[in-house]
Amino acid sequence: MTALDRIRNFAIIAHIDHGKSTLADRLIQACGAVEDRDMREQMLDNMDIERERGITIKAQTVRLDYKAKDGKDYVLNLMDTPGHVDFAYEVSRSLAACEGSILVVDASQGVEAQTLANVYQAIEANHEIIPVLNKIDLPAAEPERVKQQIEDVIGLDASEAVNISAKTGIGIAEVLEALVKRLPPPKGEENAPLKALLVDSWYDPYLGVVVLLRIKDGRIRKGLKIRMMAAGATHEVDRVGVFKPKNTEVASLGPGEVGFITASIKSVADCRVGDTITEEKRLAAEPLPGFKPSLPVVFCGLFPVDAAEFEKLRESLTRLHLNDASFVYEPESSAALGFGFRCGFLGLLHLEIIQERLEREFNLDLIATAPSVVYKVHLTDGTVMELYNPVDMPDPVRIDHIEEPWIKATILVPDEYLGSVLKLCEDRRGVQENLTYAGNRAMLIYKLPLNEVVFDFYDRLKSVSRGYASFDYHIDEYQEGDVVKLSILVNGDPVDALSMMVHRAKAESRGRALCVKLKELIPQQLFKIAVQAAIGGKIVARETISALRKDVTAKCYGGDITRKKKLLEKQKEGKKRMRQFGQVDIPQSAFLAALKAREE
Amino acid sequence: MTRDGFAVYVHWPFCLSKCPYCDFNSHVRESRDEAGWRDALLAELDHYAALTPGRTVTSIFFGGGTPSLMAPATTHSVIERIAARWSLADGAEITLEANPNSVEAARFAGFRAAGINRVSIGVQALDDDALRFLGRGHNAGEARAAIAAAQKSFERYSFDLIYARPGQTVAGWMAELDEALSLAGDHLSLYQLTIEPGTAFHAAQARGDFVLPDDELGAALYQATQDRLEGAGMPAYEISNHARPGAESRHNLVYWRYEDYVGVGPGAHGRLTLDGGKRATRQERAPETWLTRIAERGHATAETRMVPARDAADEALLMGLRLSEGIDPARFERQTGLALDQAIDAARLERLTQAGYVVRDTRLRATAAGRRVLNSVIAELAA
Repeated sequence: MTALDRIRNFAIIAHIDHGKSTLADRLIQACGAVEDRDMREQMLDNMDIERERGITIKAQTVRLDYKAKDGKDYVLNLMDTPGHVDFAYEVSRSLAACEGSILVVDASQGVEAQTLANVYQAIEANHEIIPVLNKIDLPAAEPERVKQQIEDVIGLDASEAVNISAKTGIGIAEVLEALVKRLPPPKGEENAPLKALLVDSWYDPYLGVVVLLRIKDGRIRKGLKIRMMAAGATHEVDRVGVFKPKNTEVASLGPGEVGFITASIKSVADCRVGDTITEEKRLAAEPLPGFKPSLPVVFCGLFPVDAAEFEKLRESLTRLHLNDASFVYEPESSAALGFGFRCGFLGLLHLEIIQERLEREFNLDLIATAPSVVYKVHLTDGTVMELYNPVDMPDPVRIDHIEEPWIKATILVPDEYLGSVLKLCEDRRGVQENLTYAGNRAMLIYKLPLNEVVFDFYDRLKSVSRGYASFDYHIDEYQEGDVVKLSILVNGDPVDALSMMVHRAKAESRGRALCVKLKELIPQQLFKIAVQAAIGGKIVARETISALRKDVTAKCYGGDITRKKKLLEKQKEGKKRMRQFGQVDIPQSAFLAALKAREE
Repeated sequence: MTRDGFAVYVHWPFCLSKCPYCDFNSHVRESRDEAGWRDALLAELDHYAALTPGRTVTSIFFGGGTPSLMAPATTHSVIERIAARWSLADGAEITLEANPNSVEAARFAGFRAAGINRVSIGVQALDDDALRFLGRGHNAGEARAAIAAAQKSFERYSFDLIYARPGQTVAGWMAELDEALSLAGDHLSLYQLTIEPGTAFHAAQARGDFVLPDDELGAALYQATQDRLEGAGMPAYEISNHARPGAESRHNLVYWRYEDYVGVGPGAHGRLTLDGGKRATRQERAPETWLTRIAERGHATAETRMVPARDAADEALLMGLRLSEGIDPARFERQTGLALDQAIDAARLERLTQAGYVVRDTRLRATAAGRRVLNSVIAELAA
């Protein structure tokens, strides 16, 4: 048990690649938590996908024992949080478990959009913030300019910023001292009923569901009957521990401490991030503030490329859901793609991560349909339906109006690319709220329809700014929008997997582009094929794929029929992967390619 | 109806050099023991004759490789042995594939005397540049001379040309074809150049050394070929084969009609009706292995596989629809055990008929339009 005044709980805030993981690695090393020979890079990012992409998906903590210059022993709890906007709510809960943050800024690159969003969250969480300038050893480092920028853009006093190089270890000792001296110790009441914040949870193959928590009041120990206040479930604690970073059991955790418990919990779905854990016999009077059930905002269909893998996909989703309850899924069937699942995600990155984990950890080959947002369809009878899938779009005559979700985006971009970024935002129906300059960079605040963002906005932004623009957003509000359903028809039959919700002004050009794309992708057949785009009942674009001109093997290899037969078997095998539209077999691969192809 | 044919194919696997487009079982060897090879072929004939007693052989085909490199005496021994072990039909067609160079052409009379009554000459082009591109060891002049020699020695002869070559135009091909018609006997084989995996051309094409005519031009060349040959009284009786009526290659018709044929020699394939069902036979492919097996067991059959009815139906469709005469339903049922209309999907047949690709009357035929896209038509019918 540690006295409150010897505990410091902190998070690290940084833009991707600004050195958050490297700094964490150095802090762990400096406190001797890991023998040098066991040290590896990105200690806290356990998943392959986290290491490869340099991102954090799950929150992690590590408890560091630090002997400060004042001669006293401190416990420093480092909370590694996901930094991406898709996980903004998870981030806010991680921040709520700390009293302060280290703000890492690359001394040559300066403040980026993602830094901003997260630092504002930390300010909102009443954090004491220690600015740290990283990569100070690089020739391009301009610490004074970046300090000025931190003051101008964020409004933080950067005069006491610590200059470091996480790579070489410069300034690490100063960071540790700053944590002890500048961050406030946690507060809490030892004798009050247990009140702990559920920061995150995951499924561990050896331990079962592991719950990461921060004790606010009271004490948790093995055998205690606990209650999740929002979920309403009770469990008996069977293990209490801390990560150093290896999991290490402790007798109990008290106020201000961060650690984990296991309690024979079946599924992470029962452990909602932000929930309050209290004790069954002595309930806390009220839960901790700020709990929100996490809601998926981006939806798409996931289909196995090989139809035979549908059951495997179902199993894999079930297993993955054990570890990440923030996505939702339900079976969906498509004439073009066969059987699959309609899935909902916290954002585009979350979608990509889940798809990649399914493919990588479960060895599946998947295709995703165009991402779609959740529309609120107001019907003429006064009811409102939430539309998750364009296929479910009601008959237009029944629709009074449709609302679509908007986001508020922060974009930081060097001056020279400002023009193209503005044009991109305007093209995507953006409404400019603010434009300020900080040095040679502009900071843009735009309101944008989420539907325009899920459709390759980020890729386009990177490309028009040659990778220099940074972007972050949060969900804003629903607004009425002139949104229509664009359908693609092949020989008169709608291809459900390709239908999408689009703003009316763009529907025609999007439809035409898709028709042209499909014309390239669908191989010529024995019969002529019409590819059309329609809005409601009205055809807005059409392409015709003419019939095959020539397809015959010139020579038939003497008496070797077996060889020709093999070719035929291949063709037959291919036919199994085809989908029939208006009496024409279209290879599934054409739809897959159409879904993968990004237009413009 | 004509009596079912029964053919014997004899594979001679040796060539002077390997052509860059060829993926047949051919090999270049410094020397070989011709008598040993002859005896091995005779032994394998004995083996198959014992399996198919009482049949009458309607055609023999010496293919390769380059069988015109054989000594005429060797072909004579083979023909004699076939006649002795089976019976040889009166006027049986006995064809030899030949290269159009002066050495081989000089032996045409010897082959005639040995019993060969038809030659098929691998002319491939009547243009020196094209012949160089195709890696052939002869020039256009030698080709013309070889054709003239064949005219003198044989009552029937045919030659092959390869078209849709890189850079070829319809006009250029028509001029070449006109010359070919002036040299032709009663039969011509006209193949579009196809790049097969594993050939030198396959690698060269992948490197971008040359570009084949696109499908549009390929289709135009094909159509122009059909029109010109029809006008000359030699319509296509098969996708790539043209003959004056009655002068079709009887041996190749056996393949396309899915009748029985024996295949001897390295890598040869056969289809035989044994114990009431179709069997697919395949001989050892590597020449040395083949020889060794014959010495060990008297034959070098690497595989005798039963062809299930469903597969036999596919094979009969694959082959039969190549012919302009199409498929005889009675023969189809006799060969495969399946009624033709049960073997194919009625709805698909209807669609293909509507579109003008096939005709189902007393026979099942691909139309001219259907033969142009035959691979797709067959895939549709057989699926």
